[in-house]
Amino acid sequence: MSGKTHVQTTINGEHTDFLCEPRQSLLEVLRDVVGLTGTKEGCNDGNCGACTVILDGRIVTACLVLGVEAEGAEITTIEGIASGGILHPIQQAFLENAALQCGVCTPGFILASKALLDENPNPTEHEIRFWLANNLCRCTGYDKIVRAVLDAAATMQEV
Amino acid sequence: MKDFEYANPTSVKAAVDLLSDSWGNTEVLAGGTDLITSMKQGLTEPTRLVSLKNIKKLQGISKKKGTLQIGAATTLSALAANGDVQQHFPALVTAIEGIGSAQMINVGTAGGDLFQRPRCWYFRQGYGLLGVYEGKSLIPEGDNRYHAIFGNAGPAYYVNPSSLAPALIALGASVSVVGDGGEREIKVADLHTTPSNTGQREFSIEPNEIAVAITIPMNGLKNATYEIRQRRGLDWPLVTASVAFKAGSIVSGTNVVLGHVAPVPWRSSAASAALNGKFVNAAAAAAAGEAATRGAAPLSKNGYKVQQVKVAVKRAILAANA
Repeated sequence: MSGKTHVQTTINGEHTDFLCEPRQSLLEVLRDVVGLTGTKEGCNDGNCGACTVILDGRIVTACLVLGVEAEGAEITTIEGIASGGILHPIQQAFLENAALQCGVCTPGFILASKALLDENPNPTEHEIRFWLANNLCRCTGYDKIVRAVLDAAATMQEV
Repeated sequence: MKDFEYANPTSVKAAVDLLSDSWGNTEVLAGGTDLITSMKQGLTEPTRLVSLKNIKKLQGISKKKGTLQIGAATTLSALAANGDVQQHFPALVTAIEGIGSAQMINVGTAGGDLFQRPRCWYFRQGYGLLGVYEGKSLIPEGDNRYHAIFGNAGPAYYVNPSSLAPALIALGASVSVVGDGGEREIKVADLHTTPSNTGQREFSIEPNEIAVAITIPMNGLKNATYEIRQRRGLDWPLVTASVAFKAGSIVSGTNVVLGHVAPVPWRSSAASAALNGKFVNAAAAAAAGEAATRGAAPLSKNGYKVQQVKVAVKRAILAANA
């Protein structure tokens, strides 16, 4: 009906243009158009947080944002947080704490945790648990994830 | 999701001109946390979406003539982080924090919260706002554990889902809406209506009107919200109470408003009257809580909400006074 729209964004620091239909969510665009499949689809209705990305400095669930709404936006996905082959301290902490099993929720948890630590470098366990309330894990449970974020916070403060 | 035209106007007037005068042909896109889900589920299938994202006038919070003006497209996280809101309107901050999701409050907006559609699972499963199947509502004999205990004589049994409305009503706030005929002011208390048939929506605005700002008087009322929830995560509360009153040696001007108990935010004049003229203490707060349950008529599975109303009102009053 309305064809495709040309959208200009910056994804993981790189200028990225794409064409999308208005009905395509940012999640669909990232995975199916741009080819960044690190962002996962869980519930597709905002409940599970698996598709969490950072949009203009704030975490959002990409399934509830339209691709066309991303015009001019800066987006960070899981592909954009390691640097030069070195894992981000949060990624490293998730590995060391075995804070994942199937891994579908992991990119969302890591991006939500990054947004927390960028704002609050030394959160309490309670603050971490409350902040991650919109990210669901159905296999590992949350203790290892929370410990990983606490470890990452400590590591990042040493640097 | 069905295809639609995406319109991205930069002025309120242009946005109004793009809207249809009947519900559902066009939809207004603010944060989208409710609308996008509703479109995926086929609950609404608009031919055009009118985004408010690029209308600068709808953003931001400012003081004006003894009031706080909140642009309708201001995000809930920006609202909760605002210094004036934190200082004067803790009832709003509690309501926003209660949403329990950084992701939702980062995109969800103040105006969008007021106009989100009910969470009634019959509605969400496609049986319409009144939950009707074969000419009869499924709700009175169905699973009504989260439904109304007030204002539920029919045909509506769902509860109003807004997080902000009870607090805004308690604080005496109003909403400016713009349509074809210009701008008008509606008290938040008059914003929600109970439909009598499935073609209607539950708002007192027209399909081609847009909320542009919320105005809250800054008149020093003590205020608080208390929510009763199953869990501290992303979910709607079971019952909430927002209260505002003028503190002195004795209380006056009390407003007690309940959320999630009726098709509209429920103003409890009995609870307000019970607190006026009293010193605030646990006994007075409990008496107001008791009064708030007057007239409750639970359905088959939601009698538990009556006790929750007592507790929520009592704790909100004590929190406001703390």
